[in-house]
Amino acid sequence: MINPDLLYFLTIFLPALGALALLAFDRKAEEAMRRTTLAITVATFGLTLGLWSQFDPTVGTMQLVTKHAWIPTWNIYFQLGVDGISLPLVLLTSFVFVLSALASWSVTHKVRGYLMLFLILETGVLGVFLALDFFLFYIFWEVMLLPMYFLIGIWGGPRKEYAAIKFILYTLFGGALMLIAMLMFYFNSANSEISGFRNVFDLMQLAQIGQAGHFTPVVQIVAFWLLFIGFAIKLPAFPFHTWLPDAHVEAPTPISMILAGVLLKMGGYGILRIAMPLCPFGAQYAAYALVAIGVFSIIYGAFAALAQTDFKRLVAYSSVSHMGYVLVGVAVWKIQESTGTTLNPSLWNMGITGAVFQMLAHGVTSAGMFFLVGVIYDRVHHRDLNQFGGLVNAMPIYSGISFVIFFAALGLPGLCGFIGEVFVVLSAWNFSPLLAVLTAFGVVLTACYLLWTIQRVYLGSEYFGPHAEALTDMNRREKTIGFTLAAFAIILGIAPYQTMIHIIEPTVTQLTEDLSAGYSALHATEQVSQAIEQ
Amino acid sequence: MSVPEILNQLIRHDLPRSLEIFAPELVLCGTVIALLLARMIGGTRKLPLHAVALVGAMTVFLGVFTQFMYLKGASAEGILEALFQTWKMSPTGTGTPGAYFTGLLTHDLFGVFLRLGLSMFLVLIVALTILSGVPDQEDSQDFYTLIFGATLGMMLAVGANHLLMVFLAIEMMSLPSYMMIAFQKGLRQASEGALKYVIYGAGAAAVMLYGISLVAGLLGTAELPHFASRVLLVLDGAGLSQNNATAVTLLLGILLILAGLAFKLALVPFHFWCPDAFEGALAEVGAFLSVASKIASFGLLIRFVLAFQGANSVLSEITLVTGLSLGVLGIISTTYGNLAAYVQTNIKRLLAYSAIAQAGYTVMAVSALLVLMSAPAGSLPDVSLKAGQCLESLLYYLVVYLFMNLAAFACVTILRNEIFSEQIDDYRGIFGGNAALKFVCICLTLSFFSLIGLPPLAGAFGKFMIFSSVYTAGSVHWFLWVVLAFGVLNSVISVFYYIRVLKVIFFSEPLPQQKRLKVPAIVGVYIGMITLPVILLGASPLMADLSATAHSVALSLLLP
Repeated sequence: MINPDLLYFLTIFLPALGALALLAFDRKAEEAMRRTTLAITVATFGLTLGLWSQFDPTVGTMQLVTKHAWIPTWNIYFQLGVDGISLPLVLLTSFVFVLSALASWSVTHKVRGYLMLFLILETGVLGVFLALDFFLFYIFWEVMLLPMYFLIGIWGGPRKEYAAIKFILYTLFGGALMLIAMLMFYFNSANSEISGFRNVFDLMQLAQIGQAGHFTPVVQIVAFWLLFIGFAIKLPAFPFHTWLPDAHVEAPTPISMILAGVLLKMGGYGILRIAMPLCPFGAQYAAYALVAIGVFSIIYGAFAALAQTDFKRLVAYSSVSHMGYVLVGVAVWKIQESTGTTLNPSLWNMGITGAVFQMLAHGVTSAGMFFLVGVIYDRVHHRDLNQFGGLVNAMPIYSGISFVIFFAALGLPGLCGFIGEVFVVLSAWNFSPLLAVLTAFGVVLTACYLLWTIQRVYLGSEYFGPHAEALTDMNRREKTIGFTLAAFAIILGIAPYQTMIHIIEPTVTQLTEDLSAGYSALHATEQVSQAIEQ
Repeated sequence: MSVPEILNQLIRHDLPRSLEIFAPELVLCGTVIALLLARMIGGTRKLPLHAVALVGAMTVFLGVFTQFMYLKGASAEGILEALFQTWKMSPTGTGTPGAYFTGLLTHDLFGVFLRLGLSMFLVLIVALTILSGVPDQEDSQDFYTLIFGATLGMMLAVGANHLLMVFLAIEMMSLPSYMMIAFQKGLRQASEGALKYVIYGAGAAAVMLYGISLVAGLLGTAELPHFASRVLLVLDGAGLSQNNATAVTLLLGILLILAGLAFKLALVPFHFWCPDAFEGALAEVGAFLSVASKIASFGLLIRFVLAFQGANSVLSEITLVTGLSLGVLGIISTTYGNLAAYVQTNIKRLLAYSAIAQAGYTVMAVSALLVLMSAPAGSLPDVSLKAGQCLESLLYYLVVYLFMNLAAFACVTILRNEIFSEQIDDYRGIFGGNAALKFVCICLTLSFFSLIGLPPLAGAFGKFMIFSSVYTAGSVHWFLWVVLAFGVLNSVISVFYYIRVLKVIFFSEPLPQQKRLKVPAIVGVYIGMITLPVILLGASPLMADLSATAHSVALSLLLP
């Protein structure tokens, strides 16, 4: 049993320390630096497993909380903790980073700088998922901007500069909105006895205040929208998604894996950890709009993917579509208009559980798809879907892995993508049958574009595109990545409850209870004020 | 009191105390004299003058540091005890805050804190000039004399307690600045910049002097602490209205003085000199002007605007008007500075516009402070505590700004010495060369990201503090919400031009005939030393220390 303080410190800062350690290497020792980076990511993965071993999956509240004073004059604490929503995402993060460290062998230019930024990025992302202080969360949230900008801008494709600046601007704009919301909570928290009439950044205390209804409805609605836009940019949801195709397409393969596999989850996580618990009233107020945006993203992303001829761009739009399910699942919160009580909370639980699981499944499948695109791009140096074909003959192992991952992404039962989608669609029916039908229609569209892609890329008699001579099957390193991802796609699909859902569920139940309480606390007063107005 | 008694009081009490407090400034004067005498006795060939300057600057810093620790009430132990004794600190002298030199200057924690910043900056800038090799041995007396003279003016400015002193201090910091800008004698841009600055400065000084004469004439005193009571006396119960000639004249005087200060702060629309002056001046001088002169002017601004404090509706109306007009200036400055910076091709001009925008953010904190203080008594709990947070944010940002802007200018200086150009286009692909050069590029990146306000760098926390003060003040007057929105949006759009420079450095292909660039390791050490605080003040427990210090300094000024 390691002391949680030390465990957290190592988990978050081991990658950053590793980045510093890389400075000690000779410039030419690229192989050694790559191995060291891999070792560090593996060690970090091990540490997150250590976190898992100390985690009690039956409890729905925050666990292993550590709190250290950081800036006492502003009540800012270095406060960390995990619950059933953050732990799976932490595991996913460290897992995807190991795989993309393995995939980083394909980067051959300015290796040291690349690996250092890569490791700093991991520190930032893990910090976001572990932070329990709003200020700390905000800092980690923005920390990953800097490495990401350079990773896309230096090691990216032809339009890397445009993609990098677009990425940083969108995220920074979202961060600015989050900053304003953060100030609103900070100063309004002094009106509640829960924080002892002090201004606090403590997310748990702020959530309690939100649950007790001590943030006024106006504050909640304004803050929720500010936060939602900030997180929807990251998620990404229509209409804030336009940075994503550019960033994904231009980024080098391992970075695309991280972007799609991990960074997008920060948006969904932010909504679940901050936007909803802190303003339950605002969340309920916006619920229908959120579900509608989610459904629209699913359909829009799928149609956009159908129209692509660039393999990587297709995968990027599939992310927009898949992350739409997360938004739908999170927001299917139906209330009884007259009393303010939540209708069928178990179905809403199912929606959120499905959303969290969808994030995990998408983390595996999208990282896998970007990796697969990278593998083929390394060989033939183009990504034009119309020039592929017949890969199943030239590269049988590669094609086999691709089939598993593509089918997992389209939600074939027995593979990981199925669970999240079906949970979300079922819970959406309770919320609004019309939107549920549209969501289900999205599943069909997903199958369309993915199957059509399989047909265009893998099936057919022979490959007629450029560089046909370079079509060799995957090497050992690539096989390791591919088989691992395929294995996880299967494991998560066959045993979703035993692996992850039993961790997620208690926390989600707790969350929905708190949110319902938070809404009904204000529902009564709101009705009174409406009656007075009339 | 009879004349001998007054004289006796002066010589026995006021003078020793004043001299004790004034000792660092005296050292500053002494260094100037030593530098000038060195030429007469022909010491220039044997004695490296920059060493004299560096020793002088360090002594000044040590002196002010000792005063600061003493006034803060640090226990006399170890080195501190020795320092206290060397500088002859006494409880009745340095230990007692209050006016000195018969009320011309004032001594308090706020003033000493800013003097500490100024003297530290002096040490750093002298060290930078030594490393960059400008000025050469021939010119160094002139250069260091000017820098020391200007610093003397700035140290007077932050302690000003009298309108006469306000004007004197402004002129004392301006005159050497004019000459420093024209320091590259052969250069056309240098003369042009200096001429613009002189003419603009003379105009601003005249406007300010007019304002001073209006205010002093109306109130019958020029001592800042008496302003509040005199205003009430002069207005005699009448409110601020357009029909009241006295009130209009008073407000006019205040606004004219603020215009003079805004000129020193390079706030839009008083900024026209700034880009030209920066372009013509050496980067070292640019660093000095953009940092030291800002710290001093903000000190002066705070002293002046707080003079009209009091629990009275007329006074709070004056405070509100000044606060809101500063808020407007803040909005225009950040927006204009950020937009204009985008089209610049010269890095020094870009930094000039960036300095204008940064001054805009900083003045938002002053605006928030004044608006909060204008809240009617009892309408808001702990007003002075909240106002203290505004002042705290201002002080924190000034300290952070000192390091990040100096780091940016220092990197520009170092790069100029290598590639002999300050055009952004010539920075193409210079990320390469030896380790020290790469390090300089990384430090430039960090300082730029800090200027943008990206966590975990110091600028982000500073900006966060400023925005939260503005947010608090929004509950007193809605206009501060507008200020907040502009501040936040501006920090997003400022990304464009800072990133443009970084893009050229890191992403562009190097020039074909480029030789391998090399920077001496010692330069890397210096740059690292001034960039380190930019990281530490944003992501380490040091933040808490500085924030607590700034907090206590702020409260000592607001709640004496």
